[in-house]
Amino acid sequence: MRVSFTVNGRQQEADDVWEGESLLYVLRERMGLPGSKNACEQGECGSCTVRLDGVPVCSCLVAAGQVQGRRVDTVEGLAGADGELSPIQQAFVDAGAVQCGFCTPGLLVAADELLEHNPSPSDGDIREALSGNLCRCTGYETILDAVRLAAARTGQAV
Amino acid sequence: MGITRTPTSLTQSSATRGGIGESTLRPDGTLKVTGEFAYSSDLWHEDMLWGYTLRSTVAHAAIVSIDTGEALATPGVYAVLTYDDLPTEVKHYGLEIRDTPVLAHGKVRHHGEPVALVAADHPETARRAAAKIRVEYEPLPVITDEASATAPDAVLVHEGRDDHHIGHVPHPNIVHRQPVVRGDAAAAAARADVVVSGEYVFGMQDQAFLGPESGLAVPAEDGGVDLYVATQWLHSDLGQIAPVLGLPERKVRMTLSGVGGAFGGREDLSMQIHGCLLALRTGKPVKIVYNRFESFFGHVHRHPARLWYEHGATRDGRLTHVRCRIVLDGGAYASSSPAVVGNAASLSIGPYVVDDVDVEALALYTNNPPCGAMRGFGAVQACFAYEAQMDRVAAELGMDPVEFRQINAMEQGAVMPTGQTVDSPAPVAELLRRVKSRPLPPERQWETTEGADVRALPGGLSNTTHGEGVVRGVGYAVGIKNVGFSEGFDDYSTARVRMQAINGEAVATVHTAMAEVGQGGVTVHAQIARSELGVTQVTIQPADTQVGSAGSTSASRQTYMTGGAVKNTCEAVRAKVLDLGRRKFGTYHPAWATAELLLEDGKVVTDGGEVLAGIAEVLDDEVVDLELEFRHRPTQAFDLRTGQGNGHVQYSFAAHRAVVEVDTELGLVKVVELACAQDVGKALNPLSVVGQIQGGTTQGLGVAVMEEIVVDPVTALVRNPSFTDYLIPTILDTPTIPVDVLELADAQAPYGLRGVGEAPTLSSTPAVLAAIRQATGLALNRTPVRPEHLTGP
Repeated sequence: MRVSFTVNGRQQEADDVWEGESLLYVLRERMGLPGSKNACEQGECGSCTVRLDGVPVCSCLVAAGQVQGRRVDTVEGLAGADGELSPIQQAFVDAGAVQCGFCTPGLLVAADELLEHNPSPSDGDIREALSGNLCRCTGYETILDAVRLAAARTGQAV
Repeated sequence: MGITRTPTSLTQSSATRGGIGESTLRPDGTLKVTGEFAYSSDLWHEDMLWGYTLRSTVAHAAIVSIDTGEALATPGVYAVLTYDDLPTEVKHYGLEIRDTPVLAHGKVRHHGEPVALVAADHPETARRAAAKIRVEYEPLPVITDEASATAPDAVLVHEGRDDHHIGHVPHPNIVHRQPVVRGDAAAAAARADVVVSGEYVFGMQDQAFLGPESGLAVPAEDGGVDLYVATQWLHSDLGQIAPVLGLPERKVRMTLSGVGGAFGGREDLSMQIHGCLLALRTGKPVKIVYNRFESFFGHVHRHPARLWYEHGATRDGRLTHVRCRIVLDGGAYASSSPAVVGNAASLSIGPYVVDDVDVEALALYTNNPPCGAMRGFGAVQACFAYEAQMDRVAAELGMDPVEFRQINAMEQGAVMPTGQTVDSPAPVAELLRRVKSRPLPPERQWETTEGADVRALPGGLSNTTHGEGVVRGVGYAVGIKNVGFSEGFDDYSTARVRMQAINGEAVATVHTAMAEVGQGGVTVHAQIARSELGVTQVTIQPADTQVGSAGSTSASRQTYMTGGAVKNTCEAVRAKVLDLGRRKFGTYHPAWATAELLLEDGKVVTDGGEVLAGIAEVLDDEVVDLELEFRHRPTQAFDLRTGQGNGHVQYSFAAHRAVVEVDTELGLVKVVELACAQDVGKALNPLSVVGQIQGGTTQGLGVAVMEEIVVDPVTALVRNPSFTDYLIPTILDTPTIPVDVLELADAQAPYGLRGVGEAPTLSSTPAVLAAIRQATGLALNRTPVRPEHLTGP
């Protein structure tokens, strides 16, 4: 089948999609967007988190056909058009929240969504919002640091 | 168009920050936050096929027949391979003992063993074709534990063993056995005022790295193959892959792709040979990516263990003796079991001074999943047991558990049970003091003006308690881990460093085969080059087999070993640059001949600070390019009867204090804080060091309260190969982890550094267990603790 939808603001389409393919597979293997990660493909780890019409979802659990005509935002769409990192991306780099980095894209999409509707989250809010994203390297301390840092920097900028 | 998303060089310029001791940011950080970093599962070739592995559905069985006809006839399938298709006489691989078949031959020895391979034009086509391969199994008796493995009539997991351990093991189903005997434990036991003995069980932990096993094999015109893969040691892989393919090593060109974590689980091969076989057979690039279910079968796990300990002490709190027996389950293939046995045996007593010890450690061959390297291997299991014992002896003596440990803590100059003298700082008592003196987190933190914040309670958002039945406990533990490869292994690393002037600026390029698995080695290499060569711009080339071996990214060794190799080569490059300078400019200034010269901020300066020339000026058109090996001091094998020998390179120490809150009615545990103090010798990158300590601590927390691969005790089938059923800590399960870093230099090591990665994984688990015991009053002799252990009869 043919599937067409908007990815990071651009209309994209894929042909010869098998009905069983996930949104994650189509993004990674058919659209050249491998930023969303394939850590479990079971909806448990959050590494494939993208936003579907603004809502964070595990793209491994979304059938590609379900996305027809809808809007998808991935980690590749976070940075500015000039390549400038978004506040949450820069904060992850600065806080040392990236080690192997495999969980990072999903965490960035989830944290970006958190800060959009809660610009100054408490630690409890951050933990709750990111509880669907597994990280095996950091012990999460620097991820908390990064979200706090992004919130503080964004707050100062306003 | 060829391959896309292959590894690229990382170039970093850093004017003000960037030498050793600074928290320089990762050179790959920007690529990783934009989604552009090329992991091994991101590789893509326009003409590629997808490989898939058919695995055994039973743990121990003879293979009566394999029928691949229907699979091969499936449209879209390009190849189906079994053992009979292997191209050479070399059909096995392995880290030390080559006992692992590339594809099962005659029988399967564990659940999930690779039996056949399929290449097809779509991953689902390959999976469905594999499901059409008919394998007829005839069941064999299943060996699951020590009793069934060593029974007189036990079926042998491996018949006809000819490895170098078979001569000293008491049964062919024992991979390796290492006693450590020092002093006279029996005589010392007679002097003890208290004797405490116990049996402990350590469950099977999984590395659970997030990036699945994956890679791309591309057939080359010269008949060879280019392999892009995530691994921990390229050259070890190469030595195992090439003979099976029947190719000289120079025709198997390996490049490290982005690695999504490792923790020991990528030391053994996974898809490497399989991908190459399919690529060479089909003449097309072949990509293999495991899903999480397959990943649980695609790598070795941490050895589960049963441990028996007896500790004695006098009334004044001095240990008299320790006797112990450690039985590790190595599963169906040897992997790194011999090294795990060596660590468990030699570190079995912990960081304590005990003159009289009698230790036996061994690893079994069974039909359980193969076990091998995982962060802290061998030392982790022992630490869980000896620290439980230390608490029990302290309680028996009526002493404070920390004080009791401090009385017996080793210091620099102490003698290990192996007879080896600990010849660098061993601040065991100080680490304990530091975690103990930290203020305790406030109690009842869940109470807010709007009621209970359930996120801070055991059970969390499941909303199971608002504080009723919740009790707090505090526990301590400390551990000792060896750094680097031990027991006489010729452990070395190689670094190639090039220095040249580009556009009037001196720049450095560092090329090693070190596997960057997330630990930050690439960051540290650039820092070392800046410090040693006085440059700001450093390029880190992708790791590949075009440069000499870096050894494994394991055993907490890479900053010591490949960091040491980069430092060593930079020093030689610097000497050449200074020689060039002396030849060009020596006649103009006497300081070239008389002063100690340094490279700083792009200039040649005297130790008095006088600038003699720009480095770019000295280099002009010359390129200084050297590749050198670096070795740590040699070690010795342990005596096979007594365990005596200077077996280890360096020791590393960490201590933890755990604070837990337990819902005693439902058996749920919330770890509130997990404080760590660790000596790192010298923190080359403090941000990375703290990140390693927090990450290691969290893996120790996982195996304390949730992580275990459940293997059926009768069938040896794996019951929970998914992140739905194998739980690793989330951000809600993980507490605040305050870290206290000591820097007491080891004079033997580059910059005085001490390997960091593993030690925090040791003491974290027993500290959490100790805290739960204190909260509940229960004995708790196994890890992980499950709710039924806390609420059951």
